[in-house]
Amino acid sequence: MILNEELLSIQRGEQGVAMQKVLNTLIMYGEAFGAERMVKITGKMGHAVIGTGSLTWKPVFDLMEKLIDGGAIPKQSFTTDPRGIEDHVPVPLAQKAVFKLIFSNQRRMEKEWERMGIKDKNAYTCTAYMDEVGNIPQKGDILGWAESSAVSYANSVIGARCNRNSGILELMSNILGYVPEFGLLTDEGRKADWIIVVRCNELPEPQLLGSAIGFKCIEDVPYIKGLDKWLGAELTQNVKDYLKDMGAASASNGSVGLYHVENITPEAVELGEKLIKENAKVFVIDDAEIERVKASYPIVWDDLNAKPDIAFAGCPHFSLEQLLDWTDRLEDGLKRNKNEKVTVDTIFCAAPDVRARFEKEYPDKAARLKEIGVTVSGLCPLSYTSNPLTDKSKIITASNKLRYYSKARFYSEKELVEILTGGEI
Amino acid sequence: MARVFKGRVVVPGTVSAEALVTHSGFNTLANLKTAGSFLNPKGILQDHNNPEIFGKAIPKKALCLPETIGSTTGGMVLYCASCMKVGPACMLFSKKADTLAVAGAVLTANWSDYPIVLVDELGDEFLEYVKEGQMIHVSQDGTVTVED
Repeated sequence: MILNEELLSIQRGEQGVAMQKVLNTLIMYGEAFGAERMVKITGKMGHAVIGTGSLTWKPVFDLMEKLIDGGAIPKQSFTTDPRGIEDHVPVPLAQKAVFKLIFSNQRRMEKEWERMGIKDKNAYTCTAYMDEVGNIPQKGDILGWAESSAVSYANSVIGARCNRNSGILELMSNILGYVPEFGLLTDEGRKADWIIVVRCNELPEPQLLGSAIGFKCIEDVPYIKGLDKWLGAELTQNVKDYLKDMGAASASNGSVGLYHVENITPEAVELGEKLIKENAKVFVIDDAEIERVKASYPIVWDDLNAKPDIAFAGCPHFSLEQLLDWTDRLEDGLKRNKNEKVTVDTIFCAAPDVRARFEKEYPDKAARLKEIGVTVSGLCPLSYTSNPLTDKSKIITASNKLRYYSKARFYSEKELVEILTGGEI
Repeated sequence: MARVFKGRVVVPGTVSAEALVTHSGFNTLANLKTAGSFLNPKGILQDHNNPEIFGKAIPKKALCLPETIGSTTGGMVLYCASCMKVGPACMLFSKKADTLAVAGAVLTANWSDYPIVLVDELGDEFLEYVKEGQMIHVSQDGTVTVED
């Protein structure tokens, strides 16, 4: 790999052993993909995937300590993924004790992040690109982010350039200020291997469509046709939210890091079908395929008729608009089904800054949610289920990502609202 | 009779290990999120979406796979599994390895005492041929020998 003078000096050890080792790690990583040079990170902030001080991740926190002690600190401020639990979330005592144990590195991790320059105490979210959080790259920015859903969003909806970097590697990239140039950082790597034609009778739910795309494309880049019929051509907040949830699902069932949506996402608007590779494969997604995908999800509850204990929505974290929309959906459902409270304890997940704005600007709705049995939290439901006691709970969700990584049972958004408001599905 | 395959070396090393085979993507986080802790001290694979390997032990195995999928914690989860001595001995990919798997192996090579050897581009035939429990020998140059 060809290195510039700044990087050569790091390689000679002139900025210490830790920096030298960070560089060598990134060179080895880049060379595996044929990278010939390092390119400067141009995004103003980084995003890391480590937000939970999990017991299992002690080696990560030991490594972070080594980096700090060696003077290897990120060049820019950053946000990171959500915490596993928050104090205001009601949790039975036994679960609380286990959380304390399995997240025993939380305080240590947060101190290390502070020493490394994390944005602030509210910077823990998987959707740091929300206006309220403010980690919003520009189109064309080079990033060294991790978090599969955030990478997918930054690449696809914003048009920034970022590979699917792993945890720790994202940190090292931001310490160095450079990333190896390959894959989704290059024009060629951003071209579509698949044409996905959405031919459903109505707009499919995003997590189901994303799941279908992930199963088919695995790590390839899809060019999706047919969504503009419902979504229009403007990237409104509703459209962004739809794409956020679709992208997260395609990065769970597969590892899609970039998708183009005809007439909607910035590169598709700019370049159209020039983005499609010659001999790209074509796959049609219709209602039957969506149903097939949903039916293929394993249900790992021992008692299929068990009453759910807890429901989660907002994985990845809700936007403000989604919080408002889901509040209205529950209100409508409760009225329709003549109930006063949700039938299952429910947690809506959103970035701490989004939650703060929701509570400040919509105090009536926030109070109403509390009244009907919904807690709004910045926690990560995936991390929440790494507690063996909570994992034994009967969790229901409309998130394919949460379903994939836990024993949660998946329902479509419509079904979930019906269950929560006492209706029948 | 043994069958020999030649792949591309990403993290070099000499390894002899028993094969553990998945024909669909290996979701690293779903499989290993608690591996090495008191919750899963033996490194038992936990991804219920992948019945082919669910419930099997991974430590010191030669993991044969097409690619890894899922969360970008993937590489650091592999790194943690390696540091906690419940990682695979090597990862043998039929296709080109993905960024998360490479990151994990590279991290172990540079920052852990238990590097995970990674060889990729062994071809579809490799994954069609290799069966769970077969003994596999990996050489420094990316030669992979599968014993019958």
